[in-house]
Parts: sequence; C-alpha cells; structure tokens
Amino acid sequence: MAVRSNIVGIDSPEALETALRAAYYLADEGLATAAYLALALGKPLLLEGAPGVGKTEAAKAIAAVLCRRLIRLQCYEGIDAAAALYEWNYPRQMLAIRQAGDESIDIYGETFLIERPMLAALRNADSTVLLIDEIDRADQEFEAFLLEFLSDFQISIPERGTVRAAERPVVVLTSNRTRDLHEALRRRCVYHWIDYPTAEREARIVMMRASSVAESTARAVVAAVGKLRREPLTKAPGIAEAVDWAEAATVLHQGGARWPDAFKRSIGLALKDEEDLRFIAPRLDALIAEAAA
Amino acid sequence: MSEQIQLPRAARVFISFVALLRANGFAVAPEQTTAFLAAVELLGPRSLDHIRRAGLATLAPPPERLATYHRLFDIHFIGHEQLTAEGAEDDEIVRLQEEGGGDEEPLLGEEANDSGLIATRSEALVERRFGQGTSGDALRRLSREARSRLPRRRGYRHRRARRGPWSDLRRTLRETVRNDGEILHLARLKRRTRLRRMLLLIDVSGSMKARTEENMRLAHTLVQATANIEVFTFGTRLTRVTRALRLKRREQALDAASHLVSDWDGGTRIGDALQAFLAVPRFAGYARGAVVVVISDGLERGDPAGLRDAVAKLSRRAWRLSWLTPLATGPGFVPRTEALIAIAPLVDEMVAGGSIAAVVSHLLSLGSRKAA
Repeated sequence: MAVRSNIVGIDSPEALETALRAAYYLADEGLATAAYLALALGKPLLLEGAPGVGKTEAAKAIAAVLCRRLIRLQCYEGIDAAAALYEWNYPRQMLAIRQAGDESIDIYGETFLIERPMLAALRNADSTVLLIDEIDRADQEFEAFLLEFLSDFQISIPERGTVRAAERPVVVLTSNRTRDLHEALRRRCVYHWIDYPTAEREARIVMMRASSVAESTARAVVAAVGKLRREPLTKAPGIAEAVDWAEAATVLHQGGARWPDAFKRSIGLALKDEEDLRFIAPRLDALIAEAAA
Repeated sequence: MSEQIQLPRAARVFISFVALLRANGFAVAPEQTTAFLAAVELLGPRSLDHIRRAGLATLAPPPERLATYHRLFDIHFIGHEQLTAEGAEDDEIVRLQEEGGGDEEPLLGEEANDSGLIATRSEALVERRFGQGTSGDALRRLSREARSRLPRRRGYRHRRARRGPWSDLRRTLRETVRNDGEILHLARLKRRTRLRRMLLLIDVSGSMKARTEENMRLAHTLVQATANIEVFTFGTRLTRVTRALRLKRREQALDAASHLVSDWDGGTRIGDALQAFLAVPRFAGYARGAVVVVISDGLERGDPAGLRDAVAKLSRRAWRLSWLTPLATGPGFVPRTEALIAIAPLVDEMVAGGSIAAVVSHLLSLGSRKAA
C-alpha cells in the first residue's frame, strides 16, 4: 500500500498530536493514530460520535495542520450529484445558444461548468481537505454514489470526460450515527469513534477555547456536564455546550452573581430541551454543589 | 510477550487476529486486513497499544462492541484477559454480543430491577426457538402491498412531472439544443415521495407468549418489504433486532433474532423498556416523524406513571402512534387495565392486534388516513 509523502515532518501519531495541539485541537491518542494512518495510507477518515464531541473541529484542525483549504460539503436528505459534484449553468448555456445564432458553439466549455465541493476538492487535491459533514443525514442513494467517489477518486462528466485527482485527496467524513452507515463505506475508511473526553482533557479544552474562564470554573463545569451525560437526557451536553456554559457562568459572575447561582442561571446553555430541564430541575442544586466542591 | 510479534513470520499473528474477530461476528473485509498490516508496519509498532489502535482505526469495530474487541485483543496478543473490574461488569453484555451481529441493547438499570420485584423474579432469560410455521396469506399480502400502501411523505428528491413547482433546466436545455435553440416549453419537476420511517416495538413477555412468534414473522416481512424501518423487542430488556431481521431467509433471520433477545416469555416492564429506548438519543431519533407501532397487551407490572410518561414522549415524537393489543377485539374497544386506561388518551389509536390479519390490515390502512 502506497505511503504518502506529502505529510512532511509528521512521521508519527505523536507528532500529529503535537501539531494538532498547535492548531488548538486536543486530540486523544486514538484520534491522532487514526488521523495519522488516514493521511499516511491515503484513505478517507471516518469520524463517528455523539453530536458536539468535536468531529467537524477535528477536520478543521487537520486542514490547519496541513496548511490546506477546507472544503466543506454539508449533507442533507436529497443531496445529489448536482449539489455535490458539478452542475451546468443552464441559463447561461441557453443565452449562449441564442447569442451564437448560426455560428457553432461549445456549450460544454469550462465557463459553463459550476464546480461543487467534491469536484473542487478533486481538482485541487494537493491544496485542500474535503470535509463531508454529517453523512448520516444524506440518503442511501447518495451514500452509494459516495462509495464510488471514495474508491477511485475520479468523477466522470459525460460531456467532458473523466476528471482524476493528481494525488489522493485528504477526505474526512463525519457521522452522528443517527442511522447505520453502509458496511462498505466503513470498510473503505480509517475509522474512529470519538467519545466524550476525560474530565481532565475536557477541562483543558474548555480553558483553551474560552480564555476568560478560570481553571476552577472549568473543572466545576466539566464535572457537572459529566454528571449530566450520565442522566437519560434527550440531548446530552457536548463539549461546545460545556464551553458555552463555562463562559456564560463567568460572565454572570463578573456581573456580580454568586457562584452556584451563576451556574444555575446559565443552565440553558448546557441543556436545551424543555423536557430535560424539567427532568433535572429538582436535583440541579445538589448536582451543581457537588460539581463545584 | 511483545518479542513474539517481532518474529519474521510476524504477519501471521495479525492475520489470525483478524480471523478471530471474524469468528466472533465482526465483519472484516480483506482490504481492511491489508490496511491493518500496513498500519502496523507504519507505526513501528513500538508498543502493543500501537497495534491495538491500528486495529481500531482500520478494522473499524462498531462502538457498541468495543469491549468485545478489547477482550479479544487481550486474549490474542497478551494471552490472557485483563481482569479489570470494568471487564467483569459487562461480562453479561459481552456474552450476548458474541452471539449475534446487531447487539446494541441498553440493559435496564439496576433501579428498575429493585422497583419491580415480581418482574425480576419472573425474568426468565431463555432462548427461544421458532418452529416452522406456515406463512399466512396476510403476510403475503403485506409484502405485496407494503410499498404502495404504507404511509408516505414528501421526499427531497425530484422527479419529472407534467406539472410541478420547479422547472427542469437540464431537460429543457436538451430539448432546446434539439430544436435549434428554441425554447418550446419548460420541463417541470416535482418532489418524489418516499416511505415514512416505521418503528415497530414488539412485546415479547410471557403474557404475549402466544403471539410472539407470529409478531416476529410479521416484523421480518416488514423489514424485507421496506428499507426504512427499525424493530425492537421488549420485555424485561430492550433489544434492537433490525439487523438480524435484514437477513433474507426467514428461518435464518428469526434464528438470529432469537439468539439476540434474551428475555423471551419473561416479565413485562413496558414503562422501563420504553424509557430505556428514549434515553438513547440515537434510538429516540428513530421515532421522530415515524409511524410508531407498539404491539403489546399493556399488562404492566411496573409503575403506570412511568409508562404514561414514556408513551407521552413517544407520541410527541411520532407522526402517528398505534397501540395494537390482543385484548381489543372489535372497533368499540374500551380499555380495562390500569396501564391501558392511562395511555389510551395519548395514543392515536388503540386497536385489535390479536391476529396477524388484523395487524396487517391496520398497517395497510395507515397510509390512507390523514395524520392526527
């Protein structure tokens, strides 16, 4: 299996972890290993995990480490080739036909082609990272189509011929796991399941993301969020929620609110579901006091 | 032990690890084995952890089977199991997981066991064998008519239409080129419809014993006929059986499901089972906008308040919630048991579920009614 040469200076998972940290992303060993292997083996990287554990952020950090432009393709139900690959500029083609009159005209020239994320990534494979975000939202038809793209890294445009990548593009796929992905898709990728970080690492993430937050606040928030994640909630708070909560509590505290009160009043940034709030309300005081201790 | 992997014939030990994974029901493709070997080579490997992580990244064990993966890894590469407290705790889950493919079943919490003493005593973890029954006309009718008569919703893909809100520029351009640049008419598009997602929750407790086998057959027929469906069984536990039922041959699929479900003919804690279902965001998401069908007699041994709460949540997420109970026999059914009285106002309909024919005709009638 060909090993890529373009990740100069990053020759081990540990080196990648250090580089990611410089890009303000704290990766654990598992993620660093998977990302390193994906880059070295030239395979797409498939990241799965609960919402808000930093899948998209990981892709952004990888792009930053490689000094490449990130091209993001957000998936949704019904996404098709015209939205993901390329489309012809039909109104322009029609106008060109009318204007040309009796002269012959090539209406399938470059000027009439609208580049979509996958084609753009393929044409600039050496300077971009393609992020295919929330692939589980797309339907099975698109997943099948994607399989073809990920195995050959080529796109055929019937009117113009086949576009091939000069080198294997760096592709990151993310999924929230709202449905099972096709086995064949998992097979083609290097896979990593991102779990919630340990309390220690999460506290460091909170402090890195929100510089105004004191260490004691970060630890208290992370402890409280950890407890909330163990409750049967509709939507467990992710890392982004922990950061927001810590920031909001800090702002309230600076405005004069006392500590437990500042946490309690900003709970809306951690729990965003009415049912969840009602479920946790009776025990909220005890939970916050316990976390702050 | 780590010298062993430095031997010249080192590759064998990795390949036999893949074989061990396969024997335990992990799906590993040959290209993944190749990637695994390449990854191990690339990483050094300087420690066993490198090999472990290379395996995780390239062989892609599903997250819910990670514990099994780590156990097998320890057995294969270290030669023994690390007897950690954690490993001992989920021993039960691992045993179940090794028996089948789709093994994501959140076991109900210990509190649930404490609150329902009667239920616990009758929790009989048994394996059930399905006999070779004949498939009824009703099932044949279901598989024939499912695609055309089950509820549909508007999808987000387009198809050609004589009339529609969007113009199909691609087709129009082609026609224009054919007509020397004259636009004679605008081709139109409209939204395609697709089958609404279904969620089938089947009660497999002792009180439903007589119906369980037929219900599982019905579930298999539905899974085969439509792609967008999830099936769970519940009694004292909650088990996802969708993947087992995707197997085409019915006997094989039901056999796989029977290995997966461990609480056949036991007690019933419907409220707890539904709460457990809703507590997993992934599962709860299956109910959103879906046709939810619960087949259960509603003989709840736990707390009716918990059941009412769970059904209310389920009903808010669902497009339509049907409760099929064998206790109902005619159209004028009035629930008598405490649990059914509690949930009757929350479900969209509570109808007869005492025979396959009744269930099938209810399912097929769902598509022609308007949402409540």
